[in-house]
Amino acid sequence: MKIAETDPFSFKEMRKALFFLTFALMVLGTWMTFFYAPTEVVMGHVQRIFYFHMGTVWAATVAFTVVFVASIYYLVKETAKWDTLAYCSAEIGMLLLTLTIITGSIWAKPVWGTWWTWDPQLTTTFILWVLYAVYLLLRSGAGGRGKKARYSAIFAIVAFVDLPVVYISARIKRGISPVVFGPGGGGIDPAMMQTLLVVLLGFTLLFILLLRERIRIMNMETALYTRGR
Amino acid sequence: MKEILLIFRKDLLVEWRSKQIFPTMLIFSLLLLLIFNVAFEFRSDIDFHTISAVVWITFIFSGLLALGRSFSLEKENNAFSFLLLIPVSRSYIYLGKLLSNLVMVIVSEIFILPLFLLFFLFDAKGLSLMDTILPFLGVTVLGTIGFVSLGTFFSSMAVNTKLRDMMLPLLVFPLIIPVIITSVGVCSSILEGRPLGYYAFSLQILVCFDIIFVLLCSLLFEYLIEDSGD
Repeated sequence: MKIAETDPFSFKEMRKALFFLTFALMVLGTWMTFFYAPTEVVMGHVQRIFYFHMGTVWAATVAFTVVFVASIYYLVKETAKWDTLAYCSAEIGMLLLTLTIITGSIWAKPVWGTWWTWDPQLTTTFILWVLYAVYLLLRSGAGGRGKKARYSAIFAIVAFVDLPVVYISARIKRGISPVVFGPGGGGIDPAMMQTLLVVLLGFTLLFILLLRERIRIMNMETALYTRGR
Repeated sequence: MKEILLIFRKDLLVEWRSKQIFPTMLIFSLLLLLIFNVAFEFRSDIDFHTISAVVWITFIFSGLLALGRSFSLEKENNAFSFLLLIPVSRSYIYLGKLLSNLVMVIVSEIFILPLFLLFFLFDAKGLSLMDTILPFLGVTVLGTIGFVSLGTFFSSMAVNTKLRDMMLPLLVFPLIIPVIITSVGVCSSILEGRPLGYYAFSLQILVCFDIIFVLLCSLLFEYLIEDSGD
């Protein structure tokens, strides 16, 4: 059995096309961030990190949703495919969310004057990060593959339902959530909006690309492991 | 319905005869209160919010201690397999377990509360029964339902993982953040003597949390304990 055959999505051309499209969009997004988007009047150049901040947080949210949906599918269908999807998505989501927190902190220091504050959005992001961490820990400590898959799927579902409640309850105490730009933040320069959209699209593709590659590696690992026995 | 009560009765009977969990929980809570008192240097000027935080940390830590035992007890002599033989939906088993855990945790909280009032609020001027104590107890029950529902659920998961008891707080703590925020908030508002309207929203969230997670957990319990070999 050839290992490559274990990946049901492995169409060489599509893979290449996705790679180049992602690369082009990321480069374009970076260029637009630095040269196309106008400098924000109040915050200055530091605001530019926000495009990447939004990109990572958006992709992390998509990743978390993928984990949730794949987990439901796994519980219903019990095919390993869905578990692999959920796990790989969680791993990438964790990476993206870590980047979100780091870029957010870098932005917050000059603008808010602090690296961190317990604002509802930050609290929720932090808890989402912890939930991802526990999800990955649970997988490493659960035992057999079937149990691991089932337990982590259940945890992911409960965590997904929990998160909106966390957000609502975090808003009780400190409702200072600053809307920097976007809906509710007043007018936004069209050039900024275009940059944001390109970056968001770029990160979405990056997520899909990483996810597919991670699934491929995972399938190879499984194939090697089963062949080794 | 009958089965839920049977499991409930069985658990309380086991506890009544073995007297393992309940005394441990009480002493543990007492020790936590002592530690908090020492850490605060026996001060008497602690504000109400801190006091509420202390009491909830005590409740949750000692509660989780009991919940951790809830399913590891069933593992002894493979009792859980026999529990699964009851010809009813698995969610009944969860609800029975939830009920017995709830009663145990709430009873221990009722024991702890007077002591806690004694240690932390010794200079409070006559707390009124109707305005403070009863609402406080009510919130305690609601908050306890919140964390025991998830605690019971994940206790049955944690005992089957390699990390066992270490896994339970990891699974439960991040999920019960809303319970902690709302319960502590409402309790401190009650101690401050604020009107119901001031904390009604928190109370609503707490009630919603209880309903959502009792339902979700009893729904998912079926998947949690599939008796496949692994």
